[in-house]
Amino acid sequence: MFDVNKIRNDFPMFDKIDPAKPLVYFDNAATTFKPRSVVDAVTRYYTTSSVNIHRGDYELSYQVSEEYEQARKTLANFINSDEREVVFTSGASASLNLVAYGYGQKFLKPGDVILSSEAEHASNILPWFKAAEETGAVVEYIKLTEEGELTVENFRAAMHDKVKVVAVAHITNVLGFIAPIKEMAKITHEYGAVISVDGAQSVPHIPTDVKDWDIDFLSFSAHKMCGPTGVGVLFGKFHLLQAMDPFMLGGGSNARFDICGNILLKNPPFKFEAGTPAIEAVLGFKAATEYLLSVGMQAIEDYEHGLRVYLVEELSKLPHIHIYNPHAATGIVTFNVKEIFAQDAAMYMSSKGIAVRSGNHCAKILLDLLETSETIRSSVYFYNTKEEVDRFIEVCKEVTLEKCIDLYL
Amino acid sequence: MNDLLNNPMILRQIIMDHYEYPHNHKLSDDPAYGSVHMASESCIDDITVQALFKEGKVADVRFDGVACTISTASTSIMTELLIGKTLDEAKRIIDHYNKMINMEAFDVEMLEEAVAFHNVGKQANRIKCATIGWKAIIQLIEESEAKHDETTR
Repeated sequence: MFDVNKIRNDFPMFDKIDPAKPLVYFDNAATTFKPRSVVDAVTRYYTTSSVNIHRGDYELSYQVSEEYEQARKTLANFINSDEREVVFTSGASASLNLVAYGYGQKFLKPGDVILSSEAEHASNILPWFKAAEETGAVVEYIKLTEEGELTVENFRAAMHDKVKVVAVAHITNVLGFIAPIKEMAKITHEYGAVISVDGAQSVPHIPTDVKDWDIDFLSFSAHKMCGPTGVGVLFGKFHLLQAMDPFMLGGGSNARFDICGNILLKNPPFKFEAGTPAIEAVLGFKAATEYLLSVGMQAIEDYEHGLRVYLVEELSKLPHIHIYNPHAATGIVTFNVKEIFAQDAAMYMSSKGIAVRSGNHCAKILLDLLETSETIRSSVYFYNTKEEVDRFIEVCKEVTLEKCIDLYL
Repeated sequence: MNDLLNNPMILRQIIMDHYEYPHNHKLSDDPAYGSVHMASESCIDDITVQALFKEGKVADVRFDGVACTISTASTSIMTELLIGKTLDEAKRIIDHYNKMINMEAFDVEMLEEAVAFHNVGKQANRIKCATIGWKAIIQLIEESEAKHDETTR
């Protein structure tokens, strides 16, 4: 049974908030709070098992290595993949770059096409700009609907024989629409291309099943799903991981090498994990995944959807608010206060204890579609409440340009 | 003038007027103008400031771009304050403006409407907004002086 008050008790951040200065944290698309079990897993490593993995002949190193590999199994189960297909990286950006460098730059040829969308986060489009520059491939865009949604019809229309890579977000970080990823994967494969999915905003919020969707790559970060910063996952189908190159080489990624420069790399996922990883973060990531599973991903999706519908319903009643994505399904609501610059309005909200993000949200090419240079983004997670939405709406109701300026007088 | 500092209604009106109807808010095509593009790395502000210097004076200052209330209004007021001043006068005004932003003693009379920002410095995260246009004009003055030194050498 989903009980948000019980859930909030699991998060030390909520205890730390000064009751005299309440904080409504609606910037969960940027990063999320951590439950106690995650904090404990991180400190447990540093206090009871602070040794390296995959090296030592001693008992403690063996134990930590086992736990580390156990984390890989947990993550593999979480997205329904094989553990050999789970590469630990420093986060979604590193994962997305690894695909563009390790796969894209190795296999793309002049004239090949990388198909993406104008709603992509910088981390999912800039690496492909670079891959295009290096290989002579070109980037093309799938036409979005007026509200910024990616549809199967538009995707099919954009697809052609030259497309070798499809790079899209499952849920975009500005507009929060869920892309029809399973249908897109099917179409991608009809053309013999691969699909790389940015899951940074989707894996934390909806159930993930890479086998059912039949996608080729999936990138996501721990810190957006209650886990530590500095760690993430690249899922890749095993034969693709085998074919592609690592981003860097070093200790732990090679099986053997000799003085002539011959290198024999380990098999995936280890060939991509040179150097000592963020061990404590991986162990914390495991705890975060277990925490989300205990709440239930479907329950999380349903609860967030309910909260979002309520927020949009209330926000729509305010004539001075313009909502850009009223029909998206997830927790991201992008809006502006009419006649007030996004940053000024966000600062006013901050003065009233509401944490939202203003800016262009690292999706700079989307702005032509929205016809505005910046927006305010509010993003809820499963620990946010209806009461917090009410508080947020109250502040949205009262905001005026005068009040925004008065902060600085 | 000191009364003005304690009159938030008037200060607010000054900022609102300059935000809603910014002065000298159109760039020139004249190549005689120096131009500098200021794009903040930490926020959205993205403005271009142009200046024309003639016979040791600030003949004209213009700007355009996308920016928040504080950036737009402070840059608009800057253009009004500096047009027609000698370079030395302009530099003195800029110096006092920076003092005010840093919460140091400053000449209230000299800064005219710019005193509307006398409390911005209390909020460190907005200092960049209140100085973006002013940093641009400093750069333009320095560039102009360097060029002048070059030609008179």
